[in-house]
Amino acid sequence: MMDKAKIKTLGDELYDALRNRTMVEPLTDREPDITIEDAYHISLHLVDRRQADGETIIGKKIGVTSAAVQNMLNVHQPDFGYLTDRMICANGEDMPISSELIQPKAEGEIAFILKKDLIGPGVTNADVLRATDFVMPCYEIVDSRIKDWKIKIQDTIADNASCGLFVLGDQAVDPRKVDLTTCGMVLEKNGEVVSTGAGAAALGSPINCVTWLANTLGEFGIPLKAGEVILSGSLVPLEPIKPGDNMSLIIGGIGTAAVRFV
Amino acid sequence: MTLNENIINKLAEYLENAELECNAVVKITDEYPDMDWDDAYAIQKTIRQRKLNRGNKVAGLKMGLTSFAKMKQMGVETPISGFITDYGSYPDGAEIDISKFIHPKVEAEIAVVTKTRLKGPGCHIGSVMAAIDFVLPAVEIIDSRYENFRFDLKSVIADNTSSAGYVTGGKICPPEDINMRSTGVVMEKNGQVVEVGAGAAVIGHPASSVAMLANMLSERGEDIPAGTFIMTGGITAAVTVEAGDNIMVRYQDLGTVSMRFV
Repeated sequence: MMDKAKIKTLGDELYDALRNRTMVEPLTDREPDITIEDAYHISLHLVDRRQADGETIIGKKIGVTSAAVQNMLNVHQPDFGYLTDRMICANGEDMPISSELIQPKAEGEIAFILKKDLIGPGVTNADVLRATDFVMPCYEIVDSRIKDWKIKIQDTIADNASCGLFVLGDQAVDPRKVDLTTCGMVLEKNGEVVSTGAGAAALGSPINCVTWLANTLGEFGIPLKAGEVILSGSLVPLEPIKPGDNMSLIIGGIGTAAVRFV
Repeated sequence: MTLNENIINKLAEYLENAELECNAVVKITDEYPDMDWDDAYAIQKTIRQRKLNRGNKVAGLKMGLTSFAKMKQMGVETPISGFITDYGSYPDGAEIDISKFIHPKVEAEIAVVTKTRLKGPGCHIGSVMAAIDFVLPAVEIIDSRYENFRFDLKSVIADNTSSAGYVTGGKICPPEDINMRSTGVVMEKNGQVVEVGAGAAVIGHPASSVAMLANMLSERGEDIPAGTFIMTGGITAAVTVEAGDNIMVRYQDLGTVSMRFV
């Protein structure tokens, strides 16, 4: 277990990198014994700093949900981070990646907006559906403060699950009216289809992801709260983006989202 | 055309025998490097005639090489087309004798059945939507007659685009009730998700694939008669199957298609 001073130092370092748009060497190179729990403590310190600046937590994101990314990082569980109000951008509008982010990549996912608290352990998929007000199409633009994305699982967790910015799309759909496992996703960049996917790409179903998060946070006494946005994990591979690109996504039965990067 | 009728007939027999005897052969462009597209389709047509003479029926048409990625990789701008046979048809849930194939792979597709004739040139997505009677899910079994699936474009056209069999099932859907572009598919092999995708993986929209087919056929003086079953092209990558494998594909709004290889 890492001592508190070290956790604070590393959290501060990531906070500074975030604010100054600079990159740091992988924590796992410098602290080979860092555990996943240490990494979550660093992430909490980073988020505390953001809140101290006036940012408000509006939800959570789940990452590392695809078999491909899990294999790449050699882990067999997802991770999570916190979403703040400063991360959300308007659908169809300009997203200021050049002034806010460092090395952004786009993901397409399904966002769950909750109407009831979910407190694990013991949360089932039925509980998640009962607690979900509606689902929405979502872009998440992930970013890493770790140099060249050379991340191990502890690096991305400490860096608030590589959170960047996100956009919620144009429709809110009752999750009882759409099959979240088979719903298809089409991602277009500058008018070309760059990838397609389906709900099952995230742990077999986006619902499984939210259930995992509720139960994992439950162990630490942290609830998923009514009104929160939960990003359930990408259904397509990470797509690198640059200012000037525009993107749109469709999720079958759910809706669309679009964004221009500046 | 660069090949004379004798050579076309010889190559058709060579490739059809490879199929009937389940015997992989070397690609025909090794011996005839100068053969052109017309030669390739003439060989395919001769294979088709050999089957008709034997009393087999043509059960429908198929598109191949319909993903932008594959087209770019092969250096072409249009897909390729082939035909499917009555004896290649398997019902949903079938037990399929793998010894009838050389090295089979399966791909999830969206199929359509037409109700009016489609004749190019000038067919577009609108003419296709108007001509579709219903949409149904289909899994194609592809099996190149070439050793190790090693071929170039002309060789694979002559080999009837690796067509070997297909399984249809699930439920049918009128074209106005489904957005084929965002329809998601999830392929499971032995209970594990192995591939996901959405309809847009097929040159942006499965109906565009049919429009291209009609336009390509018109260049050879052919059309698509009413009542034709058309497999529009693979949404997922082709997955290798062996005896004992169980394949299940779940489609958004179109049910499931499954089969077992023995």
